[in-house]
Amino acid sequence: MLSARNVVKHYGGVQALKGVDFDIYRGTVTTLFGENGAGKSTLMKILSGVEQPTDGQLILDGEPVRFASTVEAQHRGISIIHQELSLAPNMSVRDNIFMGRELRRAGGVDYAEEARQAAALMTELEEDIHPLTKVGDLRVGQQQIVEIARALSVDARILIMDEPTSALSATEVEVLFKVIRDLTARGVAIVYISHHLEEALEITDHAVVLRDGSMTAKAERADIDLAWIVRNMVGENFDLGSPPTGYEFGDTLLSVQSLTVPDDSNVDRAAVDHLSLDVRAGEVVCIYGLMGAGRTELLEALAGASQVSDGKVMLEGRDVTHMDIAQRIAAGLVLVPEDRQRDGLVQTMTVGRNLSLASIGAFVKNLFLSNSGERGLVDDSIRDVHVKTDGPGAMIGSLSGGNQQKVVIGKMVTTDPKVILLDEPSRGIDIGAKAEVFKLLAERAKQGLGVVYSTSEVNECLSIAHRIIVMGRGRIVAEFGPDVSKEQIMAASGESVAA
Amino acid sequence: MSDTRAATNTKGKSGLFANGFDPVGLLLEGRAFFGLIAIIVVFSYLSPNYFTFDNLLTMSSHVAIYGLLGLGMLLVILNGGIDLSVGSTLGLCGVMAGFFIHGVELAPLGVTLYPPIWVVAVLVCGVGAFVGLVNGILIARFKVPPFVATLGSLYAVRGIALLITGGLTYNNLGGKEALGNTGFDWLGFNRLFDIPIGVLVMIVVALILSVVLNKTAFGRWLYASGGNERAARLSGVPVKRVKISVYVLSGICAAIAGLVLTSELTSAGPTAGTTYELTAIATVVIGGAALTGGIGNVRGTLLGAFVIGFLSDGLVIVGVSAYWQMVFTGAVIVLAVLLNSIEYSGRAKKKSSNDGGATPSPQKTESAGTAASGGARQVPQKTAG
Repeated sequence: MLSARNVVKHYGGVQALKGVDFDIYRGTVTTLFGENGAGKSTLMKILSGVEQPTDGQLILDGEPVRFASTVEAQHRGISIIHQELSLAPNMSVRDNIFMGRELRRAGGVDYAEEARQAAALMTELEEDIHPLTKVGDLRVGQQQIVEIARALSVDARILIMDEPTSALSATEVEVLFKVIRDLTARGVAIVYISHHLEEALEITDHAVVLRDGSMTAKAERADIDLAWIVRNMVGENFDLGSPPTGYEFGDTLLSVQSLTVPDDSNVDRAAVDHLSLDVRAGEVVCIYGLMGAGRTELLEALAGASQVSDGKVMLEGRDVTHMDIAQRIAAGLVLVPEDRQRDGLVQTMTVGRNLSLASIGAFVKNLFLSNSGERGLVDDSIRDVHVKTDGPGAMIGSLSGGNQQKVVIGKMVTTDPKVILLDEPSRGIDIGAKAEVFKLLAERAKQGLGVVYSTSEVNECLSIAHRIIVMGRGRIVAEFGPDVSKEQIMAASGESVAA
Repeated sequence: MSDTRAATNTKGKSGLFANGFDPVGLLLEGRAFFGLIAIIVVFSYLSPNYFTFDNLLTMSSHVAIYGLLGLGMLLVILNGGIDLSVGSTLGLCGVMAGFFIHGVELAPLGVTLYPPIWVVAVLVCGVGAFVGLVNGILIARFKVPPFVATLGSLYAVRGIALLITGGLTYNNLGGKEALGNTGFDWLGFNRLFDIPIGVLVMIVVALILSVVLNKTAFGRWLYASGGNERAARLSGVPVKRVKISVYVLSGICAAIAGLVLTSELTSAGPTAGTTYELTAIATVVIGGAALTGGIGNVRGTLLGAFVIGFLSDGLVIVGVSAYWQMVFTGAVIVLAVLLNSIEYSGRAKKKSSNDGGATPSPQKTESAGTAASGGARQVPQKTAG
């Protein structure tokens, strides 16, 4: 249906794509695998008209085409769901879905019809969101659903999904897959990109693997498995590590007692409901849960970033419940937030300044910042968390997603914490960086750090965690050791076990 | 942390620590700098009186007012805010200076106090700081948008200045020898090493702020909270305190500018400084700061002040009509911002090509070489996309 032939793309001196052939067939799902920087997004941007290829051509229905803009590509029936959300948070779900192509009728926009269609899309996606809800009030996962709804509303013939599930819970992913199957049955071609390899395998018909801007492999679903993909992506089998062993846990560092956090959007229910939890020195605890289970709310409340209505948080026997964020960081309780662009990084500052931001106090001498003190701190930090950068003076935006995440983690590790909380530390980074992040945390745990991380991927529960806690509706619904099976975890969280 | 660490670390010297060497930054400021040179060249050509020592000094004292206001505004803009009240604060502070010099009557005691000039200066700065404090508290604590909060102060503060004087102007600010409050004209008329005191005051304030921005934790906090307030807060930066502080500092800068201007004019009028807040914003913007916060510096703002001051005075000297002066000034401001956005997008492009240029080759060897070590693989730089 749509083919790319020998597509080359340069950015300045860099070759992002080195002559890639890519075919999309009617009524099938073609998945594009590859690590960050392999060229997946670039290829998709070319297919959807966001960027023009430096060389090579696109062939649509047998004839060569050139898309000067996304509008032109959309006109030819090609629609894309971007990896980064591109919604206006100040506008309603309805207005976002129809942004730029409002339904007209005599005298203005036909809001009623738009709302009806938006509601229908939400029903199709099995998401209970009112069309007039402001997008900014929705959780990231729900926003992603809106983004998907917008792409669906166009009636595309070719739908490109760049990481559509990175913020979705397993149930939401199931629904999305059902929608995808409906679409392919209607003859729509889907291009799917995901870091969740198993998930992608479940839905795909063809697989194409990119590495380093070139295509390394191409195969039918029947001929491939997870190992094949990973092998072609990175050239080696991968695992996300195992719980660090060979030492005893120390004393209880963090003790959460009956913590309750109110839910801003719903007064009847608490986002975190009388939850109690102990974390000991050297222990790695994983918190698994669906979207809305209260993981983020719990971690933010522990870090002092949100209001607590009841309960106590003790750190090394000290009550930190009424401390602000800075005091908790000083006491040794730190949070690595979920959304690194929004909450983790200062884009206007350099890598070094981002890394040192939470520990400025450590290199202030007589009121003034000490350059040598900061340099030592930053160099150590870059080495500790293996950030790959041109140097501390590079702008933070020049790093890949995985390295940016390492900077956010490094910033907090540099404060020399007792307990580190990480909210979805692996979101939107490739499998190599993921493994590295987990390895880093495991090493730290061995040195006596208490580690608590949350995830929405079962695979990640079964990596370095000594203890797996499943949250649901603001409570702990189950607690497992590291030898639990994926099915048990998913069953406990209330998800239907994927086939 | 540990000194041994710092000592052993000799590598990694780069833009982060060398405050000042950043080629793109130089280019950005270079634009304002070349603009300034162009202005001087053009007006020197048009009028023989322009490029004379005396005229340069006269123009510099005008620049000092804009510069002082602009420096305060820079802090606010770095924080991602805006302070529309500085012109009114300048006016009020001038009036307060006149008020204090003319004596504070304490009715119940039946005495009139004539504070010495340095006390007047401190009191007036206190007034400016108070206006800033009110702005800051409204914005940081009660979440009133900066534009609205300071727009309110713009009106209210001007109104208070008019109320105090009943719409009149305090003249005769010389004070009386017998009362020990002479010397106010020193600020506006005296020169040290041939340089007007007002200009020296601006330079001192600029130096202090430059140190504060580059060398103190407060400066780092300010850049961080302006760049991304949420990230700064989660990193333990006291974002509210920083926010309130910048408005207080902006108020103090306006007060100092008010003192200098009042002394230069030897009269304190309640309408002094009207629309100066806009000039202050212009100086900051011409100086390369981003209104979204987090980007900007003292040097740029000073250059911006010189561009605005030398341009408007030049237009007066050449004899351009007041109406045309406004048109020219407006055009220069827009041009500056236009160049700003071009520079910023240019920087982004330059950045990506720079990063990428170094990466493609290590990328391949890395993925093959270290994958075997069980996951300690570095992620290749994401190349523009």
